[in-house]
Amino acid sequence: MDLDDALKTYIIESRELLEQMEDALLRIEQAQDDPEIINAIFRAAHTIKGSAGLFGLEYIVAFTHVAESVLDKVRSNELRIDPELVALLLESRDHIGTLVEHAAQGDEPDADSDRQGAGLIARLNTYLGNPTGETTAQGGMPVEHAPQIEREETHSVATDNWHISLRFGNDTLRNGMDPLSFVRYLNTFGRIIQIVTVVEAVPPLSQLDAESCHLGFEISFQTEADKATIEGAFEFVRDDCLVYIMPPHSKVAEYLDLIRDLPEEEMKLGEMLVKCGTLTRDELAKALQKQVEEQRPIGEVLLEDKIVRPEVVAAALDRQKQVKDSKSTESSLIRVDAEKLDQLINLIGELTIASAGTALVAQRAGISELQEAASTLSRLVEEVRDSALTLRMVQIGATFNRFQRVVRDVSKELGKDIELVISGAETELDKTVVEKIGDPLTHLVRNSMDHGIESAEVRIANGKPARGTLRLNAYHDSGSIVIEVGDDGGGLKKDKILQKAIERGLVAPDANLSDKEIFNLIFEAGFSTADTVSNLSGRGVGMDVVRRNINALRGSIDIESVQGQGTTMRIRLPLTLAIIDGFLVGVGSSSFVIPLDMVVECIELSDEDRRAGEERNYLSLRGQVLPYMRLRDTFDIRGDTVRRENVVVVQYGNARAGLVVDALQGEFQTVIKPMGRIFSHVNGIGGSTILGSGEVALILDVPRLVQLVSTQAEKSGLELA
Amino acid sequence: MGALVKTDGLVAQVQAAEIQQYLTFTLGSEMFAVGTLSVKEIIEYGQLTEVPMMPDFIRGVINLRGAVVPVIDLSARFGRNATEITRRTCIVIIEVPSGEEKQDIGVVVDAVSEVLEIPASEIEPAPAFGAKIRTDFIHGMGKVNGKFVILLDVGKVLSVEEISTLASVSGQGASAQ
Repeated sequence: MDLDDALKTYIIESRELLEQMEDALLRIEQAQDDPEIINAIFRAAHTIKGSAGLFGLEYIVAFTHVAESVLDKVRSNELRIDPELVALLLESRDHIGTLVEHAAQGDEPDADSDRQGAGLIARLNTYLGNPTGETTAQGGMPVEHAPQIEREETHSVATDNWHISLRFGNDTLRNGMDPLSFVRYLNTFGRIIQIVTVVEAVPPLSQLDAESCHLGFEISFQTEADKATIEGAFEFVRDDCLVYIMPPHSKVAEYLDLIRDLPEEEMKLGEMLVKCGTLTRDELAKALQKQVEEQRPIGEVLLEDKIVRPEVVAAALDRQKQVKDSKSTESSLIRVDAEKLDQLINLIGELTIASAGTALVAQRAGISELQEAASTLSRLVEEVRDSALTLRMVQIGATFNRFQRVVRDVSKELGKDIELVISGAETELDKTVVEKIGDPLTHLVRNSMDHGIESAEVRIANGKPARGTLRLNAYHDSGSIVIEVGDDGGGLKKDKILQKAIERGLVAPDANLSDKEIFNLIFEAGFSTADTVSNLSGRGVGMDVVRRNINALRGSIDIESVQGQGTTMRIRLPLTLAIIDGFLVGVGSSSFVIPLDMVVECIELSDEDRRAGEERNYLSLRGQVLPYMRLRDTFDIRGDTVRRENVVVVQYGNARAGLVVDALQGEFQTVIKPMGRIFSHVNGIGGSTILGSGEVALILDVPRLVQLVSTQAEKSGLELA
Repeated sequence: MGALVKTDGLVAQVQAAEIQQYLTFTLGSEMFAVGTLSVKEIIEYGQLTEVPMMPDFIRGVINLRGAVVPVIDLSARFGRNATEITRRTCIVIIEVPSGEEKQDIGVVVDAVSEVLEIPASEIEPAPAFGAKIRTDFIHGMGKVNGKFVILLDVGKVLSVEEISTLASVSGQGASAQ
């Protein structure tokens, strides 16, 4: 792995860590003092700093170090988490993010971010109690617990030397570290008195993986340096290695802890400590004796017999198991380049088309064995397609969680108290869709917070709780994913929207519009009913962009709003952008594909309805009114009409419509091919695909057609259920 | 000149070369040509899928080895009658710059003739008037054996921007009844 690749990995990991850090920071406000969360924040900062040092990204190390120091104080309960500190830490997180982005672009931070960083460091330093900024100096993290070590003569060991226990993690070599270099480095500020190499963990040669590191060292070390300096030496390996540093004259009990903590069999370790000269044999005996006293009646086990104690074995096995477990979860996730995945999906698309072609040829040839083989092939291709598509599916939760921060920041800015409630976070959808839905969602969330949810006073006056609620919800519904952004605010003001629209000449003053049509006006370009333009919204840019973005994803958005009670924006998106199950229909000589998920049923157009088609374009479907359109007329397709026409009943959201076609040609695996910009505005056509025969078939844009049918029906005065 | 090539893409390259190769083809009784640099391939006419609610000059789409490519009827684009399909009718696939990307567009022509080298000295600027097609479509008039060949400016004739605007007007119109 060259350094560039490693740096790329670092950047990606840092971004993920920063996300985790943000997430944890937001949670900690609610879950005060949960050590797990604090540790998570600390670890994230620490890892970013440690790895930054590897790449020589001094500016990241310098800044993150200060933040980390503050976090360390929180961790050791010297500082308490309060909203102010969380805000500062969030800002620091953002700054680290900026620095990481600088690293990603390969440049140094500019003056602006330097200034910002300096400001943040000054504020962080007030928490550290040293406004001079001393801690920005390089080196290890400050160690707060050093003074706590009491030097009671009676229980201390005799040696004047430090003792360092090192157990390198398995991946040390893979991470590009050389265990020896750490030992050498120690010699630069002290003298290694005695060193014992721990080889217990080295497996037999047949199982040895040359890339894994199984080494450990017990080092007796003489130095004038303080503990922080020594710790600094192991900065980069601290995350996956065990490092214990014992100051001179540590208590016997602490050695006992050390012996217990390390993975080796305790007798061996004890021997090593003796070999190092850290402990005398007496001290070791005393230590072990003490352990026995603590846990068992005196004399039950004679340690001198060097019998391995069962609980030690059990503990060791446990430890092994843990290691194995964590390994198996690690290997169950693979990071894959999204581009490779796209390529695979494309290939599978081609495969699907080719298999459809084979099936067609087989059918024509009329050889039953060939047909059977072709259908087996089709079935397998279908399965491959389905599982390949699930590879691209990701949960929407991560996207939703990003809004915790948005809601927090924006509600502060607006001076409103708003709570974000997330549901359906586990709903899965295509990665490409997830990536593209972020911006429109942000717009909607901000809009809801700014315009939807009222200020606390107004809310109380209206008998609502002072705290506003913003809801993000997702669920699957007939081949689509539905994402809802809801608020319990004032709702859309119909008369105000209408008035504004008339002012702007968007609708005629005497127009008679349905609620839905009025609400949809807010998606017009440049439309805003906000009286004041705020930082967030109100400029009238946004909603039209939202609709355009969603339409570009073959999705739609509609609004449900009750004045005084709130508004819900409902975004409906296709689950995937690549391959769908389609239903092939024929009109004249053309073939069209209808997404199968949207097909409810197919019926024959009765002669009666057909004759009546001259005056009305709806029919009765088991007593219910079903508006329909004849594709032949809508698309102006020439050619002879057929004697029997069929109606494909399609559904989108709550609306149903019938599409009259000549022939039903059956199910068809449809690989969606982009049509290019030229056809981006075509009404009623959502894309294209290639049939088994090599011909291009057009995919119907059912949502748009249903909408067309409904508006036509509404215009002709038909009330729809 | 490097900058020129960069800013204007194909068109500039066409102008830059001293002697340029052109693919000539006939449309009705007239001879037209496009720079070979923008021509990707020439295929037989066939298996075209019509796209409804499109202006007349957009014939439809074809499957070009897995990619869906729009096909333009050049004659109709020039405001004449639609090309009649004969045995010699071809589709010339032309690469057109569209913003940052490149878009392939097929063009229906009556017959493809030959590839000619026309030196820059033999190319006259487009006439200010008198031509039967929009003058901005014309890159220049090439003289070949004493006859004029109309060298087309593909960036203009096949402007994705313009075509998609025309398409959207036509598409909206049809459905807004």
